[in-house]
Amino acid sequence: MIGAKIHRREDPKLVTGHGTYVDDIQQTGMVYMSVVRSAQAHAKIKSIDITEASKSPGVVAIYAARDFKGVINGGLPVTESLIADKKYVPNQFPIAETEVVYFGEPVAVVLADERYQASDAAEKVQVDYDPLPVVVDFEKAMQKGSQKSHSDGPDNIAWDVEFPGGDIEAAFKEADVVVKERIIQQRVFPLSMEPRTVIANFVPFTNQLTMWSSTQVPHFVRIFMCFGLGVPESQIRVIAPDVGGGFGSKLRPYPEEYLAAAASKLSGRPVKWVEGRTENLQATTHGRGHIFDIEVAAKKDGTLLGLKVTNLSDNGAYVGVFGALQSALALLLAPGCYKWKAVHGRTVGILTNKMSTDPYRGAGRPEAAHLVERAVDLAAHELKMDPADVRLKNFPAENEFPFTNALGMVYDSGAYAKTLEKAKSLVGYDELRKRQAELRKKGRYMGIGWSTYVEICGVGPSAATAHVSGNLSLVESSVVRVHPTGSVTVAVGTHSHGQGHETTFAQIVADTLGVPYEVVEVHHGDTGDTPFGYGTYGSRSLAVGGVSIYKSCQKVVDKAKKIAAHALEAAEEDVVFDQGRFHVKGSPDKAKTMGEIAFAAHLPGLPEGMEAGLEAVTYFDPPNFTWPFGAHVCVTEVDPETGAVEIQKYVAVDDCGNVINPMIVDGQVHGGVAQGIGQALFEEVQYAEDTGQLKTGTLLDYSIPGIGEIPSMDLDRTVTPSPTNDLGVKGVGEAGTIAASAAVINSIVDALSPFGIKHVDMPASPDRLWKQIQEARK
Amino acid sequence: MIPAAFEYARASSVEEASKLLGKYGEDAKVLAGGHSLIPLMRLRLAQPTALVDINGIKELDHITERGGKLHVGALTRHVTIQNSSVVKDKLPILAEVAGEVGDNQVRNMGTMGGVIAHADAAGDYPTLALMLDAEVVTNQRTIRAREFFKDLFTTALGPDEVITEVVFPVANGPHKYIKFRRRLFDWAIVGVAAQKINGDWRIGLTNVSTTPVRATAVEEALKKGAKPEEAAQHASDGLDPSGDLRASPEYKKHLARVLTKRAVQQAES
Repeated sequence: MIGAKIHRREDPKLVTGHGTYVDDIQQTGMVYMSVVRSAQAHAKIKSIDITEASKSPGVVAIYAARDFKGVINGGLPVTESLIADKKYVPNQFPIAETEVVYFGEPVAVVLADERYQASDAAEKVQVDYDPLPVVVDFEKAMQKGSQKSHSDGPDNIAWDVEFPGGDIEAAFKEADVVVKERIIQQRVFPLSMEPRTVIANFVPFTNQLTMWSSTQVPHFVRIFMCFGLGVPESQIRVIAPDVGGGFGSKLRPYPEEYLAAAASKLSGRPVKWVEGRTENLQATTHGRGHIFDIEVAAKKDGTLLGLKVTNLSDNGAYVGVFGALQSALALLLAPGCYKWKAVHGRTVGILTNKMSTDPYRGAGRPEAAHLVERAVDLAAHELKMDPADVRLKNFPAENEFPFTNALGMVYDSGAYAKTLEKAKSLVGYDELRKRQAELRKKGRYMGIGWSTYVEICGVGPSAATAHVSGNLSLVESSVVRVHPTGSVTVAVGTHSHGQGHETTFAQIVADTLGVPYEVVEVHHGDTGDTPFGYGTYGSRSLAVGGVSIYKSCQKVVDKAKKIAAHALEAAEEDVVFDQGRFHVKGSPDKAKTMGEIAFAAHLPGLPEGMEAGLEAVTYFDPPNFTWPFGAHVCVTEVDPETGAVEIQKYVAVDDCGNVINPMIVDGQVHGGVAQGIGQALFEEVQYAEDTGQLKTGTLLDYSIPGIGEIPSMDLDRTVTPSPTNDLGVKGVGEAGTIAASAAVINSIVDALSPFGIKHVDMPASPDRLWKQIQEARK
Repeated sequence: MIPAAFEYARASSVEEASKLLGKYGEDAKVLAGGHSLIPLMRLRLAQPTALVDINGIKELDHITERGGKLHVGALTRHVTIQNSSVVKDKLPILAEVAGEVGDNQVRNMGTMGGVIAHADAAGDYPTLALMLDAEVVTNQRTIRAREFFKDLFTTALGPDEVITEVVFPVANGPHKYIKFRRRLFDWAIVGVAAQKINGDWRIGLTNVSTTPVRATAVEEALKKGAKPEEAAQHASDGLDPSGDLRASPEYKKHLARVLTKRAVQQAES
């Protein structure tokens, strides 16, 4: 079954509208919560008047910060230990008390019998503000004497950390050319199809909290509800049923989860909150939001020497739960798949009066890939060399793995030239270059853009992550239980919200235990019947959680073998397990199936001293991260008169190690590339400089690509197994997004290079490109 | 994303619709396809006190040609216009434009009358109506397109006035509508319509002002024999478009010129 291209078993239910999302769930006596959000980006709250709102039909209760004090302990978590030289990390209580610091921050909640009644009453809550100076531009915000995003803070600097790797000055001294560029990673919305939704039901008599939440991390949410509400973890059950996407925006506890739980405690009613799309844009974390100033040093022959990167990170008003992680990953992966002599990074985290930034598909790795792939192209351009040749010249060879990058990260396995060569032949590279030259003579501007990325997945080995993750071990767990009649339930700590785990995990179990795929049931998302796990993000579920399942299955096989040996009256070492059947060496006809052994495991007559049952538990802590890689090529043509970009071809050759289900891998690449194209060409969160209001407040104002904008892609793979886990898998959930933006932008820059254009910012909108061409023509 | 409270009434005739509009007063709105109105209500940017649903008035859904005029009923859906053999034969540019409105869902619900009455600067039909000297017929009178579009989202319609049909001249000579947009299912950043009628060019521009614009300077230059690329330089004469998140004013003016050139060239080719 491993490697089989089978349809996702989740799909018939989901595509016919039979999924169960949080909003499909009702509770007796349930009330709806509407959140009154700050209309100001930065202001003192003078007063909150609920007189009119209280009289609104159906209103059950209205609560503000003062009501939640004493019900909610402390603030939202921040992985502070990521921030070695932590400067100023303000504590975030889930609701503003005296000062609002971003547009859309909760200031009050209304509970009403019906959802529309809650919305109507929320409009009638009168909040009187005393405006304070608004900090929007994060580069200005880091300057001495800047206005402050929190009036009681010392300044706006959350952290300022250096990542030294080798003798950077020596590397630059050797250089024949040095190229500088500013690369902007604009803020984008993660935009899952299903916004966040929560139901909290606190039962006072038993001190039990049941929470349904549209989250990627149910166990993680449970821990923080335990801390925040003071309810023992054993008394809390968090259920993430069908979840319509997350893309990293649902991998943390959110204010509304605390508020709904506390409101249920205060009101004695189950409380449901359904995020509207406009709220989703304001109050679900944003992705990216960086400036990278880079300097590249290279030799005349194309040898890459040194890379200096200064990262300014726009955190928003509160450092995201994993906010600093993205800057750290962006720098640690900035060397990409090249043999730099030295790389030096610095990151400054900056507070502004905006929504927090936190992980979005790739989380730091798209930033890294974009900057280093731009860096290589800038060097190639300066040296008048083909960008593919510069890449090939600087890749570590296959026999150089495990390869340690300039910042000390150890890449497990790789065959970078192989993916590039495969992509070259798929796209018809040499022909394309000829065609490009011909078209240029006719005044047509076609470009070819490379992105040869490497990424870090399988987060993560506790030895490496504990000191940067706030002492989290980031192991992943599984329970594999074979029932007496031979069917299998596997319960996992990860959560599937589009990844297809119900299919792929069942494939692993079916393959390893030799049972029919159809009898394997995968449980996830309910802390009530799954073992603790850190959840799904960072392309880790297979490389950590999947491997844990494999290990549990192996334990089951080991026990089953003992039972089989006993039944076959043979020594254990003489028993062979082959495709679900146990037999004595040399007599394959007399075999016991896994189903028969499972039945025997629940009957009398087991080997002496053996307990009944056939199940196993594994908490897997991998020895290293995994390092998927690949080569993407994008072919564009730019209309020089209008600045319009047409993607003519997109080739992706990815290597994610061994593949469990090729169809799901292809789907992940398709979706990932689509989101990368979205950032490259269309998307940008904009706040008004003067007021801090969200200008892209609806999807009328924020462009995400649709079916008309995403090209048909040519996908292929190479397979370089990871040596760090039993399955040889690496992960693929984010690969497409990590690779795509650089491929698209490099292609556009290549197309426009006859105008002397060396760099293009994202989103490469027609207006922006037209202006750049106009400037270049002057 | 939940509309404010409103009354709802379904009209079975134009007279009844007009009466209901009169009853609910000037904050009432006609509901046709609803694909512009409902999103605005969900965002609470529009808070009509009442909706008068005209979807049950079957006689408003028609396409006929008589006496050199194409009559398109107010309730005619985009998809009907797009696929109508009469429209394809008598005013093919209208069928093409209908095929470029929104996506399938929008085209299945959205209507001619709705687009005209909504008077969005980025609407496509108003450009054709203005450029072709169409007439907007209501339950009370006939209004020439050039007198109909007053300002952004503002028309000559009175509070109890209901559009019944839009009457276009027949024109099946060279034509082209270029809708320049960032995404397939999106509004025009700028749109340009070119139609040859009785030997002369008509040029209409979408989304470069608060109302549709007829590029008369281009029309005149073409009449005097200017080449398309020369005449098109006049497309931005007198334009003062507002910038938005999609495009700056300068870029819109530039697009008006480039797209006018292309529209005339492509119409002729």
